[in-house]
Amino acid sequence: MNTIEYKYLEDGIVNLVLNNKSQAVNLIGFSFVEDFSLAVAQLLQEKELKGVIISSAKKVFLTGADLKIFTNKPSAKDLFDFSEKWKETLRKLETMGKPVVSLINGACLGGGFELALATHYRIALNAKKIKIGLPDIKIGLLPMGGGITRLSRLLGLQKAFEFISLGKELSPDAALASGFIQVLADRPEEILPKAIEWIKAHPEVSQAYDVKGYKIPGGNITTPRTAQFITAAPALLMKKTRGHYPAPAALLSVLAEGSVVDFDTALRIESRYFVKLGLSKEANNMIHTLWTQFNNLKKGNSRPNLPPSEPIKKIGVLGAGMMGHGIAYAAALSGYPVVLKDVSLELAQKGLQHVITLMDKRIERGQFSVEKKQEVVDRITPSDNSQDLQHCDLVIEAVFENRELKAKVTQEVEPFLSKKGFFASNTSTLPISGLATAFSPPEKFIGLHFFSPVDKMQLVEIIKGKMTSDETLARAFDFVLSINKIPIVVNDSRGFYTSRVFSTYVEEGLALLGEGQNPQCIESAGLAAGMPVGPLALTDEISLTLIEHINNQTDKDLSAEGKTRPSHPADEVVEKMIHGFNRKGKSTGAGFYDYPAGESKHLWSELPQLFPLKVAVLKQEEMIDRLMFIQAIETSRCLEEGVLSSVGDANIGSIFGWGFPSFKGGTLQFINDYGLPEFVKKSKDLESKFGKRFAVPKLLIEMAMGDRIFE
Amino acid sequence: MSRKAIIYDAIRTPRGKGKRGGSLNEVTPVRLLSSVLRKLEDRNQLDTSLVDDVIMGCVTPVGEEGGDIARTAALYADWHVDVPGMQLNRFCASGLEAVNTAAAKVASGFEELIVAGGVEVMSRVPMASDGGAWFLDPDVSIQTGFVPQGISADLLATLEGFSRQELDELALISQTRAADATQKGYFKSEIPIYDQNGLLILDHDEHMRIGTTLSDLASLKPSFEKAGSIGFDEVALRKYPMVSRIKHLHTAGNASGIVDGATAVLVGSEEIGERLGLKARARIVSMGLVATEPTIMLTGPGPASLKALKKAGMTVNDLDIIEINEAFAGVVLRFLRDLKINDLYRVNVNGGAMAMGHPLGATGAMLLGTALDELERRDKQTALISLCVGGGMGIATIIERI
Repeated sequence: MNTIEYKYLEDGIVNLVLNNKSQAVNLIGFSFVEDFSLAVAQLLQEKELKGVIISSAKKVFLTGADLKIFTNKPSAKDLFDFSEKWKETLRKLETMGKPVVSLINGACLGGGFELALATHYRIALNAKKIKIGLPDIKIGLLPMGGGITRLSRLLGLQKAFEFISLGKELSPDAALASGFIQVLADRPEEILPKAIEWIKAHPEVSQAYDVKGYKIPGGNITTPRTAQFITAAPALLMKKTRGHYPAPAALLSVLAEGSVVDFDTALRIESRYFVKLGLSKEANNMIHTLWTQFNNLKKGNSRPNLPPSEPIKKIGVLGAGMMGHGIAYAAALSGYPVVLKDVSLELAQKGLQHVITLMDKRIERGQFSVEKKQEVVDRITPSDNSQDLQHCDLVIEAVFENRELKAKVTQEVEPFLSKKGFFASNTSTLPISGLATAFSPPEKFIGLHFFSPVDKMQLVEIIKGKMTSDETLARAFDFVLSINKIPIVVNDSRGFYTSRVFSTYVEEGLALLGEGQNPQCIESAGLAAGMPVGPLALTDEISLTLIEHINNQTDKDLSAEGKTRPSHPADEVVEKMIHGFNRKGKSTGAGFYDYPAGESKHLWSELPQLFPLKVAVLKQEEMIDRLMFIQAIETSRCLEEGVLSSVGDANIGSIFGWGFPSFKGGTLQFINDYGLPEFVKKSKDLESKFGKRFAVPKLLIEMAMGDRIFE
Repeated sequence: MSRKAIIYDAIRTPRGKGKRGGSLNEVTPVRLLSSVLRKLEDRNQLDTSLVDDVIMGCVTPVGEEGGDIARTAALYADWHVDVPGMQLNRFCASGLEAVNTAAAKVASGFEELIVAGGVEVMSRVPMASDGGAWFLDPDVSIQTGFVPQGISADLLATLEGFSRQELDELALISQTRAADATQKGYFKSEIPIYDQNGLLILDHDEHMRIGTTLSDLASLKPSFEKAGSIGFDEVALRKYPMVSRIKHLHTAGNASGIVDGATAVLVGSEEIGERLGLKARARIVSMGLVATEPTIMLTGPGPASLKALKKAGMTVNDLDIIEINEAFAGVVLRFLRDLKINDLYRVNVNGGAMAMGHPLGATGAMLLGTALDELERRDKQTALISLCVGGGMGIATIIERI
């Protein structure tokens, strides 16, 4: 067996050691299931068996299914048989009458946790870093090894739904409190003796749900309380997912349908829904982007192939506003000493105060400790003096989006950086190569575009200027990873990648309004497409003034190059809103929405009169196509123009940057999902109806003809 | 009758063992019924917006089978939203009652096209879990002389003087015939059930015991001895003073099996059939409905059938095929006696519920489909379908091929 070692311990105890010899971690693939079933078959043959201990020789216990199972285009039957065989094996293990103990020494996720649940006693090493749970739902899947059925029996339908649908991952002490772990061991060497001791004290065991007369806590769907939950749950789900994610819906079905049958039949129901999800477009998209491409990203796919960069010992942040203090917080949280500088000490301290408030809120919610807060505070030094930036290895400026100001602060602090130090700008719009001229040497200047609010948004768009060196890029990349954020790498260009494509969504929404489409229908189409917020509400959030400002800046830059910006139907809407109706967005209290005090916002009632219908009323599907295609097309252009060089960066950037729906797998996976030839055909149709902005990039035409997809 | 009620199609699911381990135990009733509706739509290229009603028998309409499962199943099958649905309950007659009701609505001219049938997933929604005043209200129980149906069956056998061997022999014939018909592929209107991924769940009646012998059957213990001994025998005997002691003769072998299944029959007017290009397979000639003394409960099929024959102007000799539901072997023997039929050559020719099981709300319409298939196979004309019914009722329907 290549993945499991079968070892005899003292007194008739067998130890199954999970130890995949060809991989760094233990994963559940076809060969693992084969090996495990052979091992269990052997256990059943043992005459003197007193108990079984399952442990791992790796740093992890078992981290779930090998997702290659899905990417290798399995048939329904392949997946079904795989799932059923795995379950059958676990079922034999838990019903053979002998005590089985799992020793959780490291990450115990997905199928790993399901294996643990099928054992009778779970001992975990008490280390905060260890994660225990069922995150399958985050990539559009469900547990496939009996996890749903076992948890429904142990916790009841509602609690099982809550745990699995959130894809929760618990630390060992939290898992203990939830009853998933029976005992903790403080040191690794304590685990095994505890297991042996328990086995000796419990020569014959069976799972609670295998004892005759066992009832599901809270009852099955015929019990009034559970019936009430099952009745409300689909509605709650619709509110949360708008029907875009089939996995939580399937979870409900497995729970409900499985509650009125025996354990083994419930397991089979679980397998059938699992197969359906495994073959779904949604899971395929999510696995492709959030697993395959995400892992490649973290491995440094977009990082220059250089040795690990020199450690950063001290960081400076210029500007203690929203972005500045957010960046300072993120860096300090990961252990970096940070100088937070603003023009006055008062402003810098105000920034720190915001960081403290942020942590206090998290402490209130029980997500943060007081000790940790103090550590973070101790690491941040508010300052109004450039001298304090002495020996900084990295300075990030987060001052106003103004070229002159940025140049000024850059030059001011340049002398204080350490010899190998590099400088980053957090601009979201200004071209990096231009800003880099203020810094010497420009090779050590780079763009680090954080998103707001920094503490919640995981993405950082790294912008490589014309002069930026590979070494600087590698350092920036490593830094972003080190503060637990997601780095994507783009080349310098107007709006970079995220702002450029994000704005196409917003502007398409404005164009629809300009045509006189019903504003509520536009907003609903955005949500029905899977976007987190409708385009008009989003415009209000970022403000119409900002759009106008960026457009003006672009016009100015382009006219200097002797070019003009192609007109967009949104321009007229922006112009009317700001200068005709004096409605500039949420911050001014009036935009496409009214913001009455103490009430929830609502669309401005005069919009339909001010933007009367000029063309035919569009069906929702057509609005959705426009709102989504424009983003996918613009992303393709970014790839074609070399602004982006990685498909994964494009997809991940769109999901984590501006909430492009993950069930579509990101802006380029969206095209794969739609089908390249179909996408080209539909785009041509949109171009003929709605204008040049839908023109199909050559890249897509070539790919469609060459039968290629975005990998 | 102003118009004819035509049967255009009749399909049914295989019957799964109605307990833990049964293949259909994992399939919810609404999903099972919906898959039948979808198949019916598919086979007949049916524009579902033309369906005036979906009438489904279901005897335990609670939990997953509650709340008008006919309408729910039509919606879940993605049929046109305009199609109404009604669940009805006449105990074991429900499936046939659904067809009869559909036929009456069509023949009267009030409706054009109706889907009738039934569903019962007994493994998920256990028999009697819907309760009922007849046995949950002591005043009613005492006043009307409620006994479990098995006691009635044993009382019937005792009264008629049937022997255990006679009952077991009939059960063996059912098993042999069912196995033979299955093997020869006579159940051509049985549709396999697949899961949501297109993987097969069940494609044959799985309750049958192929190779069962008379001695196997003889070895089975009587099923209702205990219920009788706690006092239900006494309840029955009070109404039947001529009986000294009830002989407990019915077993799991010579009574119908508990199974899961669903069925649908497409009934319509001649006009709509012509308009849609549907093939008219048979017409519903007449129907008979009776109620008899409720404690013995199971004597309804004879009088119901005679009533239907009389209305049709027919005699027993006009019948080519007879399907009498094998709720209990004694019911079949009593029915034969009532109709003065001396042999089994046209009765339950492909076996019955003792072999394949009795999914309560579906059985009546399933038997109608089985009879129709067999008429066509034999190229014969007329069939009668009859069932005993809880509460002392009986039902019968006569169909004639076109």
